[in-house]
Amino acid sequence: MIEFLMPNLGADMESGTLTEWRKKPGDTVKRGDIIAEVETQKGLIEIEVFEDGVINKLLIDEGTKVPVGTPMALILTATEKQVTPVTEEPKIKAKEEKQETISEPGKIKATPLAKRIASEHKIDLSQIQGTGENGAITKEDVENAIAKQVVIPVEESLKKAGEEIPDKSTTTNIRAAVAAAMEKSNREIPHYYLEKTIDMSKALAWMSEANKQRPVKQRLLPGALFIKAVALSLREVPELNGIWNNGLQVKSDINIGFVVSLRGGGIIVPAIHNANLKTVDEIMEKLNDIIPRAKALKLRSSELSDSTVTITSIGEGGADSVYGIIYPPQVAIIGFGNISKKPFAQDDLLGIHSLVNVTIAADHRATDGLTGSRFLMALNTHLQNPGSL
Amino acid sequence: MNKEEIEKIIVSSLKKIAPDTEPSKLSPDENIKETLGIDSFDFLQFIISLDEKLNLEIPEQDYGKITTMSSLINYLTPKIK
Repeated sequence: MIEFLMPNLGADMESGTLTEWRKKPGDTVKRGDIIAEVETQKGLIEIEVFEDGVINKLLIDEGTKVPVGTPMALILTATEKQVTPVTEEPKIKAKEEKQETISEPGKIKATPLAKRIASEHKIDLSQIQGTGENGAITKEDVENAIAKQVVIPVEESLKKAGEEIPDKSTTTNIRAAVAAAMEKSNREIPHYYLEKTIDMSKALAWMSEANKQRPVKQRLLPGALFIKAVALSLREVPELNGIWNNGLQVKSDINIGFVVSLRGGGIIVPAIHNANLKTVDEIMEKLNDIIPRAKALKLRSSELSDSTVTITSIGEGGADSVYGIIYPPQVAIIGFGNISKKPFAQDDLLGIHSLVNVTIAADHRATDGLTGSRFLMALNTHLQNPGSL
Repeated sequence: MNKEEIEKIIVSSLKKIAPDTEPSKLSPDENIKETLGIDSFDFLQFIISLDEKLNLEIPEQDYGKITTMSSLINYLTPKIK
């Protein structure tokens, strides 16, 4: 029997609120299945199971806020399946009892979660027709009511696309999460910074040639090349790929977190796992999938977990250099500025080249400047050989 | 398809990638990416969306010709029946 714990989705996360169980006792689950939905400072996150098995018991009630690492469910692993699942009531109850709210005469019948969501969105429960047990208002009822309310001012096109504008409270929560992580980083991590100007002419020419052969959906962007080149360089300089926990712990998997800016302000850092083992096309495909969902705050738990290093990229038309702040407990962040055309001397010939300033900010407790420099040299070599990325 | 219909499709595609903006209020010669704060990733999603709705693949080397609403409409109109 294994305990399924509230996952840690980043250094800035202390707890999460279970909003919905997607599985019930007796359900068979496979690794990667969504077991629950949890509300965090980063929005609603779908939580995945990491092992095959059968749900034995749910320990937490919907609507309960639990700290990271708290057991949430018991799962029988594949070898133990023969045991009959226990279907008794969850052990840890939400502060407000469901039964209590439902049975009070004269009052509006609603689940605690529905009440909370309604109050957060200033929804009047008396206007909602409940569809739950004994006519109680459920989370879905409230969400439907919110959706109706939002739809009125939002244009038709938006509704069709299924897009949602993150509400103000989510934006504020994300701001607070970023603030906490960055404050911790700047307080605890002695950063050192290095910078190298890298000639992107060959890489861009290669990419533009490659894109001519591709349908629009498979076109590459420089960001995909950066991620792959960083992953390959980290294989050569592994000391920058890991975490600091009373000492450097080098990680064997290279999981690259990349910073996505949210339109309402704030950032979110989803991860591309094992980026060194993926082709540039696979990385681009992942980006196409993850970035729009990250911007809509609709990520799965695994997509926010286990980053071993971070990349931040300013993108086209922006600043020339970016000096990052490490995302704890990682030990390095690599920053790519805007790619721009500038005079550049190569083999004693002055020409106009597409250049990018690449920086690394690394934890001086874990490594020294020489390590960072070796990394930037390796990165340069990889970006000069785009065909072998 | 006339210019108004094309503009409608452009606006709805832009609205999808930048829901907090008002693409319908773009003036004809304003730079779309700068005004709406669209990065190269969002722009690719926009090109993909135009391809899905108009069945037209805009080659990467033509991106420079479609920076404003008027240039984009003028670029697309002769290519769409």
